[in-house]
Amino acid sequence: MEQVIFYVFAAVMLFAATMVISVRNPVHAALFLVLAFFNAAIIWVLAGAEFLGIALVVVYVGAVMVLFLFVLMMLDINAAPLREGFARYLPVGVLVAGLMVLQLAAVILSARLELISGTIPEPAADVNNIKAIGGLLYTAYVYPFEIAAVILLVAIVAAITLTLRRRTGSRKQDVAKQLSVKKDDRLRLARMRPSQRQGGGIR
Amino acid sequence: MIELSDFLILGALLFSLGVAGIFINRKNVILLLMCIELILLAVNINFIGFSAYLGDIAGQIFVFFILTVAAAEAAIGLAIVVVLFRSRGDINVASLDVMKG
Amino acid sequence: METVLYAIVLLPLLASAVAGLAGPWVGRRGAHWVTILAVGIACALSLWVLYGLVWGGLEPVDVTAYTWLSVGDLGLEVGFLVDRLTALLMATVTFVALMVHIYTIGYMHDDPGYQRFFSYIALFTFAMLMLVMANNLLQLFFAWEAVGLVSYLLIGFWFTRESAIFANLKAFLVNRVGDLGLLLGIAVLAGAFGTLHYGELFAAIQADPERTVSLLGATEWRLATVAALLIFVGCMGKSAQVPLHVWLPDSMEGPTPISALIHAATMVTAGIFLVARLSPLFEHSTVALTVVLIVGALTAFSMGLIGLVQNDIKRVIAYSTLSQLGYMVAALGVSAYAAGVFHLFTHAFFKALLFLAAGSVIVALHHEQDMRRMGGLARYMPVTYATMLLATLALIGAPGFSGFFSKDAIIEAVGHTGGPWASLAYWLLLLGVFVTALYSFRMLFLVFHGRERLDEHARAHLHESPLVVTVPLVLLAVPSVLIGLITFGPVAMGDFLYTDGAIRVLAEDTGLQYLAAHYHGVLAFMGHALQTPTLYLALAGVLVAWLLYLGRPQLRGPLTAPLRPLQRVLEHGYGFDGLFNRGLAGGGRALARLLAQAGERWLIDGALVNGTARLIGRAAAGVRYSQTGLLYHYAFVMVLGLLLLIMLFVLRTLFA
Repeated sequence: MEQVIFYVFAAVMLFAATMVISVRNPVHAALFLVLAFFNAAIIWVLAGAEFLGIALVVVYVGAVMVLFLFVLMMLDINAAPLREGFARYLPVGVLVAGLMVLQLAAVILSARLELISGTIPEPAADVNNIKAIGGLLYTAYVYPFEIAAVILLVAIVAAITLTLRRRTGSRKQDVAKQLSVKKDDRLRLARMRPSQRQGGGIR
Repeated sequence: MIELSDFLILGALLFSLGVAGIFINRKNVILLLMCIELILLAVNINFIGFSAYLGDIAGQIFVFFILTVAAAEAAIGLAIVVVLFRSRGDINVASLDVMKG
Repeated sequence: METVLYAIVLLPLLASAVAGLAGPWVGRRGAHWVTILAVGIACALSLWVLYGLVWGGLEPVDVTAYTWLSVGDLGLEVGFLVDRLTALLMATVTFVALMVHIYTIGYMHDDPGYQRFFSYIALFTFAMLMLVMANNLLQLFFAWEAVGLVSYLLIGFWFTRESAIFANLKAFLVNRVGDLGLLLGIAVLAGAFGTLHYGELFAAIQADPERTVSLLGATEWRLATVAALLIFVGCMGKSAQVPLHVWLPDSMEGPTPISALIHAATMVTAGIFLVARLSPLFEHSTVALTVVLIVGALTAFSMGLIGLVQNDIKRVIAYSTLSQLGYMVAALGVSAYAAGVFHLFTHAFFKALLFLAAGSVIVALHHEQDMRRMGGLARYMPVTYATMLLATLALIGAPGFSGFFSKDAIIEAVGHTGGPWASLAYWLLLLGVFVTALYSFRMLFLVFHGRERLDEHARAHLHESPLVVTVPLVLLAVPSVLIGLITFGPVAMGDFLYTDGAIRVLAEDTGLQYLAAHYHGVLAFMGHALQTPTLYLALAGVLVAWLLYLGRPQLRGPLTAPLRPLQRVLEHGYGFDGLFNRGLAGGGRALARLLAQAGERWLIDGALVNGTARLIGRAAAGVRYSQTGLLYHYAFVMVLGLLLLIMLFVLRTLFA
């Protein structure tokens, strides 16, 4: 039963992945990527990794993919030329992918590594996956965990710094500048000779 | 019962699709980023498979970290794409040859 | 005792640093006071040490002050060995140095490099003391190089003169040849015995004198001979023996006090000291001793001959120094170390005196050194004349003067040594006596007697030198005359240098031992001189000089005419200079030019440096096309590499 479910979702996922790399519209590609991630999440839950499955949905589908879509729609990209040369590069891509599949299959199916014979054991009913991950993450892996947090912070700062743009021409108040202004900045005394013409005045 | 090899083959196929995607898409940087996400997903599936097979939770911890890094990578990558688009007006990979020797 | 030794060595160094580094602050007076004070104290302490060693019951000292580093079993140390030989030389060095310091005040009074000069000579005093007080060969070598360095600096003291620069470079280069020999000799000893300490070395040699060492492949050589000969090469360089003598006459470019201190009294005698100090080594090699004897005798005679044809007053004395050094070396060659060292001792006084007196003349004539433009100076400079006359008498060996005892002892010792080489050396040395008397009095007559050949300007300002110049002259004249009478008996004839093992003689029947056995006091020795040809040869020399330069100058032309070719040979110094300049220096320069062109320009610059750059440039021009700057090309290569790696893994691990 589980195997069947696995195969179904795996097939959907592979289909979605194929569509990601082959559809014409990038927005569609992003949506298919969402589909692929959903299926991956289901398969993970199937394998007993409930926390990660949920995290994948929340983080990837909820945040990262939305970011992708956001950027895609924000940038005014002409979709038509993006697919140019698709047919030309397809054979190369297929060739490389095929070679890779063959090699990986050779590794996986090799009798020497005994990877085929093993079955995934049924997760024990009383094991709380989230608790187990938490227990390990905050004890043995607390240091890498902190580093991951720093990496995320750096990513935030980097992303903001990269895209920050000061608009020219926007009028805004600079209080500090207003406070520090001096008389000389604003006032200029000019000495002028009176007009030479007799009886001259403003006409 | 799900076999370990099922996970591994799924991961291998997904990985190959990601690699093929990099080769096929030469016009759009965002698609390249998506293909990279696919490749990372393939790796994560392998980790989950082995973690379940060996009954060791550490594999899932690694998936956690990979997700973290991948999220950071996606954020920065997209930021770069935005800057790129602003300065050049397109995100065609083939026109990015400033480093040409 | 050790504190005293430190003080003796370090005071001149300290003074040198003060005068040299703080020269502008201490001023001229400060510079000469600090150095004279330091050297004066060192001199007094040296005399105290000498007194203590001889009469005061002090034991010879052999201490290691500081271990510089140890390499395996070989320890490189700084230490002091002070026995009677060392003490004698310490006293001599510091006394002459003190006189020269005082004299310099007068000689250099208008020189802009006044402080620098005092710094140098104080530094020299330090280095020379380190040399004689060393208790191991390494320290000796360092000091040896240090005195060479100071010599270099002082020959080129007036560094704006082309000839001074040439002379100091020449001195330095010629000394390198000798120093290489010395260094190799030290290396041979260190390699064979694993120690550089004198005492341990001598004990090791004593234990196995026939030890051999294989050089140049399979040939076995006697270790003692090899080491002694190599070390003697060092002695030949420093003590200016034929054929490494060429630097000494040119070194007269330096200021006269330097010629007196370094190039007559002390530094050039370092070679003599070295051989005497290493007598336990040389005694084991008859071959080396014979070489020493021949080189010494040849130098003594041939260099004296050159002195006959020189017109520069300082060069005459320089060749005289060469000749006298030859006498000392010859004495070493017949195991008469005591006589050699004694001649070193007396020579230091009268030769320094000669130089300083010559310097007095030179200053009085405003740096005129050509004897053809002097003459009749005795009237104007009585003190200088009197002291120079005494020094000359000591030099030619007039009975009773210090030089007489030392030189006669050498000649007699060589004469009483058996063997054909010793006979040859004896005749050379005998003829040398005649030559010495001839050139010495030729100089004296040309400078102080006869017609005045001065120019008017010089005559108008001619007067006796000031007290700072004449006092050292007088003070040096005293030992020049008297020191022989007092010390000849114990030092040269007695066992002064033997009792504490400073010098060891193996043979039982050396000429010196024969002399000592038949020695009955100073007066008897002087009386005995009446029966030897030495005295009469010297007298003959004086007479001939008088005849040719004062009595019958008109005879000079006809008499010397047949000797013109000989004179030309002598004026060219037997062609050594030409040979070295053209052959060695020229050859070296040609080789250097070749290497500069072929090696430097073509090979290193052209092929290696620029060639590398060009090669990389061309390779880069080709490889550059692979750098497209396109992302997917890089990705493709990356994936290709990944594929290859997996392939490797698959093939190697799974299907092996």
